[in-house]
Amino acid sequence: MRHIHSVIIGAGQAGLAMSRCLSDRSIRHVVIERGEVANSWRSERWDSLRLLTPNWQSRLPGFVYSGPNPDGFMNMDGITGHLKAYAEISRAPVETGTTVLSVTGVDRNYRVATDKGDWLCRNVVLASGACNRARIPGFAAALPEDILQITPLGYKNPAQLPKGGVLVVGASASGVQLAAEIAAAGHEVLLAAGQHVRVPRHYRGRDIQWWMDTTGVLDMTTREVDDIVRARRVPSLQLIGDHRIQFHDLNALGAAGVEVTGKLAGIRDGVALFSGALANNCALSDLKMNRLLAEFDKWAERQDEAGNLGVPERFGPTLVPASPRLSCDLTGGRIRTVVWATGFEPDFSWLRLPVFNGKGQLIHHEGRVAPGIYALGLPFMRRRKSALIDGVGADAGAHADHIMRTSGLRVA
Amino acid sequence: MTISTQSTTVSNGVNTEALIGARGAFEQTPEAAQFTFHSTCDWIEGTFNRNTINSYFGLGQNHERKRTFTIEADHPEVFAADDRAPTPPEIVLSALASCLTGGVASVAQHRGIQLRSVRAVVEGDIDVQGILGMDPDIRNGFSAIRVRFEIDADASADDINALVAQSQKRSAVFDILTNPTNVAVSVA
Ligand SMILES: Cc1cc2nc3c(=O)[nH]c(=O)nc-3n(C[C@H](O)[C@H](O)[C@H](O)COP(=O)(O)OP(=O)(O)OC[C@H]3O[C@@H](n4cnc5c(N)ncnc54)[C@H](O)[C@@H]3O)c2cc1C
Repeated sequence: MRHIHSVIIGAGQAGLAMSRCLSDRSIRHVVIERGEVANSWRSERWDSLRLLTPNWQSRLPGFVYSGPNPDGFMNMDGITGHLKAYAEISRAPVETGTTVLSVTGVDRNYRVATDKGDWLCRNVVLASGACNRARIPGFAAALPEDILQITPLGYKNPAQLPKGGVLVVGASASGVQLAAEIAAAGHEVLLAAGQHVRVPRHYRGRDIQWWMDTTGVLDMTTREVDDIVRARRVPSLQLIGDHRIQFHDLNALGAAGVEVTGKLAGIRDGVALFSGALANNCALSDLKMNRLLAEFDKWAERQDEAGNLGVPERFGPTLVPASPRLSCDLTGGRIRTVVWATGFEPDFSWLRLPVFNGKGQLIHHEGRVAPGIYALGLPFMRRRKSALIDGVGADAGAHADHIMRTSGLRVA
Repeated sequence: MTISTQSTTVSNGVNTEALIGARGAFEQTPEAAQFTFHSTCDWIEGTFNRNTINSYFGLGQNHERKRTFTIEADHPEVFAADDRAPTPPEIVLSALASCLTGGVASVAQHRGIQLRSVRAVVEGDIDVQGILGMDPDIRNGFSAIRVRFEIDADASADDINALVAQSQKRSAVFDILTNPTNVAVSVA
């Protein structure tokens, strides 16, 4: 068994940022990665995906985008290359091709067991990702057997799908992007939309992410929202990394021939049943968008250079079909595929510590799980941007400082 | 974005502090949040019948109210009945309106919005060929339900729309009507 001060699990942006922060503080550590650096971006994303966040917003501790197109959107090769370059520049001590099998407590230390031997350490950083598994509703088991089920983690492109109709469940960024792409490939597409967040790509002449960043929306802390549980569950924005596409919302999908209906509520006797609450979910989403834009406008009024910004805009409401369908027979052969774009969850099944709540979710305070156990990259972990490339750096820095302080205390 | 809770002297007669306190308590003991409601319906004559409603289970125990409530139902004369009470579907519409209206008051209180008047007008469309068993393609229940709110309050149009939207989001009856529910009926 090897001994080391800290073990970081995962070499995505979170693990690499943490490694950089520990190196900057001369703390000995190792990064354990089951695949290669940026494994999730390499192997768990679809072919056409581009980041929703512009290139300038891939800032990591000690590393920024320095290419020719700060306002562009990286494709998967782009973000993989970005993180590979970061790992090299930071000389991150990554052990690739090594899978963590378990983490257990041993006195006041932790044993990290891997398929290539064990480590004993004081600190473990869980940087293994927040999107390891698709969150699929239990009633998926009631789907007729001949229907192909696929998630955004396994989906690559429409060529994977059998001919015929596709039911896309979920209207966050993944759902709307896959629905549009699959419809463009000639499939009949039915999209089941529950709660969703509609925003324009550009507002008053700037990218929406510029607004979210500059006005401090992304910096909001857990203390600044009145319901953190709800804030952590907010689905991703209906956006696509393409400046030509101002709205990638239900209106755009409707215009592209996608049939939009309410949230998938259950499956009974081979029939998918949809909620009749689509209109309210659209109203909530429009109201939320307008509140966000109003916040931006208020911020702009307080700035000197508000003149450089375009004028305030308001966008037409989501057009809700008069009577969206309430059911769809899945045994008739029309629908051949169901795409579960119903969100993601982390997989901590190897973490053998009493740190989970009744729903199996990791309990943490600002990413601190237990003495010596730290999490990174979870939704709204310390700030709204905690799960984003641009947000993980500050969280990693805070954890590294905490590790310094607590290590000092233990030595004394 | 946060919605700030104003501590002004808004009074819609809703004790939101108590409701928020309950949320905290239920987080600690989710079992206490398991409620069961009852209604007992006795046939009187023809399509006329009467529900009595009193006890309910919640917070881990049974509760008896000081008063027993009754809700009667019948059918109108065009269905060859005596029209002694509203039809069950109308009671469903009124339950929806009550649930949403109560929700509007609660959300308004929480958001510091003073209400002056609130009225909900509900309509439900039914093709009675369904209940008469004339056409298997026509459902028994409502094919569409519309609710129109008329609200007079110290708030912008957007804030009022947000009240109504939030009330739907948190409404039991709205959920019951928009989502399927397993219903088990047995004979004792
Ligand atoms: C479809 C999609 C699009 C997104 N788009 C954006 C975007 O545009 N902009 C943005 O800022 N964010 C985006 N995100 C959010 C976030 O940036 C990504 O989820 C990102 O991958 C998170 O980085 P991470 O380092 O926290 O986790 P990951 O990238 O998932 O890295 C975790 C690493 O841990 C490894 N690992 C896991 N378990 C083990 C184990 N047991 N042993 C060893 N290694 C293990 C994995 O192989 C992986 O390499 C997107 C997320 C998704 C799902």
